[in-house]
Amino acid sequence: MNEVITARIRENPKYRELIARRGRYAWTLAGIVLVIFYGFAMTVAFSPATLGQPLAEGGFLTKGIVFIFFMFVFFWVLTAMYVRRANTEFDALTAELIAEAWKDEKK
Amino acid sequence: MKALTRLSLALTGLLPALALAAGPAMEATQKQPLNIHAIGMFIVFVMMTMGITYWAASRTKTASDFYTAGGGITGFQNGLAIAGDYMSAATLLGLSAMTYGAGYDGYIYMICFFVGWPIILFLMAERLRNLGRFTFADITSYRLNQGQVRTMAAISSLTVVCFYLIAQMVGAGQLIKLLFGLDYNIAVVVVGILMMVYVTFGGMIATTWVQIIKACMLLAGGTLVMVLAFAQFDFSIETLLSKAVAAHKKGIKILAPGSLLADPITAISLSLGLMFGTAGLPHILMRFFTVSNAKEARKSVLYASGFVGFFFNVIAIMGVAAIIIVGTDAQFFEGGVVGGKIIGGGNMVAMHLAKAVGGNLLLGFLAAVAFATILAVVSGLALAGASAISHDLYARVIKKGQATEAAEIRVSKFATIGLGLVAILLGILFEKQNIAFMVGLAFGVAASANFPVLFLSMYWKGLTTRGALVGGYLGLFSAVFFVVCSKSVWVTVLGNAAPLFPYEQPALFSMPLAFLGAWLFSKLDSSDQGKAEIAAFEDQYVRAQTGFGAAGAAKH
Repeated sequence: MNEVITARIRENPKYRELIARRGRYAWTLAGIVLVIFYGFAMTVAFSPATLGQPLAEGGFLTKGIVFIFFMFVFFWVLTAMYVRRANTEFDALTAELIAEAWKDEKK
Repeated sequence: MKALTRLSLALTGLLPALALAAGPAMEATQKQPLNIHAIGMFIVFVMMTMGITYWAASRTKTASDFYTAGGGITGFQNGLAIAGDYMSAATLLGLSAMTYGAGYDGYIYMICFFVGWPIILFLMAERLRNLGRFTFADITSYRLNQGQVRTMAAISSLTVVCFYLIAQMVGAGQLIKLLFGLDYNIAVVVVGILMMVYVTFGGMIATTWVQIIKACMLLAGGTLVMVLAFAQFDFSIETLLSKAVAAHKKGIKILAPGSLLADPITAISLSLGLMFGTAGLPHILMRFFTVSNAKEARKSVLYASGFVGFFFNVIAIMGVAAIIIVGTDAQFFEGGVVGGKIIGGGNMVAMHLAKAVGGNLLLGFLAAVAFATILAVVSGLALAGASAISHDLYARVIKKGQATEAAEIRVSKFATIGLGLVAILLGILFEKQNIAFMVGLAFGVAASANFPVLFLSMYWKGLTTRGALVGGYLGLFSAVFFVVCSKSVWVTVLGNAAPLFPYEQPALFSMPLAFLGAWLFSKLDSSDQGKAEIAAFEDQYVRAQTGFGAAGAAKH
């Protein structure tokens, strides 16, 4: 029984659509995090002085401090964006997909 | 059940007695005077959690209850519990001390610890929930050879758990000696016994609630200290930083990357290890199976990363404020010499700060929180280790899936007691050991042995049993090998003249080895079994993507 349903889900074009859409979104967000974070790690490794510059002339708050704080906030916002879209749009598509696979069963 | 009540009464009754017994030896060691506030508050915590364990024991009937709390934890609760699992005492004490000593480098460590979470959410959380049931080996062995892959997963899980346990137990012993004025060995035994009680009687339900309570205490205590300290600078970050620069012996250098990460290879290897190590820690992965579906699993990460990110920033401010408040106050230095040795060692900075801004009461509270933190993390670890033994090794490898549920739970309870005894023994043996490298090793092994195989099993169709075994074992042994040959073991522990491996962090080297091994040996695998495993990927993928056929929540 489960194999039949699984096979039907696989054949449904919406399944491909779900994988493609969610995969694209997830990898885009992951890419943003990785590029920003490893860009930062490279700056720490090869140009640490850049991060030590003050944000405003004569101030003590450095660019490096502000940038890490920005990463904390921004990465968390990306997390919230993903959860929101996955829990509404993608989950609705998934539910539709499974319901359609079962519906064929009853005919 | 009666036995449990008796035991909890005995334990709570025992603590003050132990405290008194430890009294006479006090001046002989570095121990602090007996801290009544701390012990009192800790006893309240233990009694509360014992009550919960008693309640949880009555609800722990099936294997699913024991391993995953029946899958009935909500996303918010699980988010708090994950935060509780992730923020150990090393986080509170170690990172505040690092910020105190090195300034900006401490903040870099914090973002490294944080950044794994969004990645886990985007690439792993829903697949973990959809494919797994009790342990992460359920996922890696989903379409591969059960016996061999589970054996490997259990070995690397237990390796990670043991290194992490040593770090926590040694940390617990040292902390308690300093904070409570208890003897080191007694402290280690108390932690071990309490952990055994929580896990054997209450399983995942009790462990989860211990984590939740502890996470709330840690967040509240840390935030309170931070607010009281920050208030002295009128909540102005500029004022705080300018005074810290004036007070610190490194001056303006504390605001930029410093010597801790001077070497680029170390910086990148460390960030890789921390980022992907998080995604390979068995006790963290296990938490994804306690929620009812992928939706709740995603919410867990959202809440967990929110709490963790918030708390790291709290610790950063605590560390900087301590530079001024603790670093210029003679009462916190040995012999009253400002700039000399801090009383109780570098890790005590957060505790001294609590005393400076809130007196003995706040110090006592934060000390109790630190102890509770260790206890909770150790319980989560023990449960993860016990399930590797009972679910993977006993039920699937030895009994080939024929074990009854009751027998499986019984084995996991014995395994918990066994692990507790091992933890106590290792804690006593490794008293003088540097715990930082143990934590690094745990993360390094998790990133190199667990993460590559887990990731490939979910993402790469071509992975076969042969590839998974080669990749997993290669990652495990190379990570351990690199750490043993590094300066912190080869020179510091074994007393050799020069390290064989020039870097402290293994992940940059051992992770690619694991991926390469898994890829190469899967490609070379032309056996029929290998072909069948590749063919089984599509159906696994449907379940991973849609949750169809996933283990559901038990009714409660």
